[in-house]
Amino acid sequence: MTKRTAGFVAVDVLLIVLMILPFAAGMVLKILLTPPTQGIEIAGALIYFTVKMPFMGDLPITESQTNSFFVVLSLLGLCLYLTHGITAKGGSRRQLMAEWIVEQSEKLVHTNMGAYFSGFAPFIAGMMGLSALSSLSSLMGLYPPTSDINIVGGWAILVFILITYYKCKCGPVQYLKSFAEPVAFLAPLNVISEVATPLSMAFRHYGNVLSGSVISVLIAAALAGLSNVLLGWLPGVLGEIPLLRIGIPAVLSLYFDIFSGLLQAFIFSMLTMLYVSGGFPADLYEKRKAKKAAKRKAVK
Amino acid sequence: MEIAIGIILGCCALGAGMAMIAGIGPGIGEGNAVAKACEAIGRQPECQGQVTTTMLMGCAIAETTGLYALVIAILLIFVAPKMLVKVLVETMKGLS
Repeated sequence: MTKRTAGFVAVDVLLIVLMILPFAAGMVLKILLTPPTQGIEIAGALIYFTVKMPFMGDLPITESQTNSFFVVLSLLGLCLYLTHGITAKGGSRRQLMAEWIVEQSEKLVHTNMGAYFSGFAPFIAGMMGLSALSSLSSLMGLYPPTSDINIVGGWAILVFILITYYKCKCGPVQYLKSFAEPVAFLAPLNVISEVATPLSMAFRHYGNVLSGSVISVLIAAALAGLSNVLLGWLPGVLGEIPLLRIGIPAVLSLYFDIFSGLLQAFIFSMLTMLYVSGGFPADLYEKRKAKKAAKRKAVK
Repeated sequence: MEIAIGIILGCCALGAGMAMIAGIGPGIGEGNAVAKACEAIGRQPECQGQVTTTMLMGCAIAETTGLYALVIAILLIFVAPKMLVKVLVETMKGLS
């Protein structure tokens, strides 16, 4: 265990601030830039400001974009905090936690993708953490970036590029040939199912989070109306406050925000693993590799 | 004019409701999956973790069609009316 000098503690505090500050910044931005509205509204992400781009017209900077960058910053702070003051001997509590996370993600990747893809563990863990923290940021009143199709679509396109890259590992000819399986005239359907993969991944993640927030908003509005009818006779200010809205939406939030968000993070990374390792023709790659090695030997 | 806008709004709402009929499918499918998972856990309680993980994965995939319907319903409620009314107003302006 390292000694806790003043400098160590100072860096610790700095990292904790780096963890919390992005969310505080997101809240401040939201409070400052949200236009005043009447009652509860269901709308997409707020557009904070637009940037003039030279060739593409206007580039709107939305709430979800800024929030996703805040989440990335916060995750960076968390990682730096967990690995700060790490020693070969081990011992501190946060080092055990960091080691547990690394071990779990490596085990998950190893059981689901096989030994060839063991380098994927950091990517999968990062994706899971980003998705989970993005969904959980709605607990702090921020607009969750995962309920915006643009953010999740970006991730899905990234996964699609990975899948295609690993399908092309045996050469582009083999990749094109894989479309004509099992019968040649099924090729159009295979192309459609290829395109449907990132589409369904993006829609699944975004639809789950968005439906949760839409239902939460609808129920909050309905409870306000109900308490207005039932408890409107109370004297003074008591009648105006929607009393029924206290506490009841929190129960729903337990499912929609916490359980659903974490489950979707798990499912997104799980599907990434399955698709990438499933698209990779492992047997063929081994054969090709052996053939190439034999050729190289013959040349020598 | 008002009647036309009313028809647009009403048809959008009706279409959204009809799109959500697709919610039946995932409901039945997920119910089946969970029932089978319960059976499997009852038979072999020691592989509860694996069964639960696989079941959640399967549920997520079965949910996809329902979520497509949800996305279409949300588009019909929140996006389509504004767009269609705008188009209507512009065409009426062009006619008169």
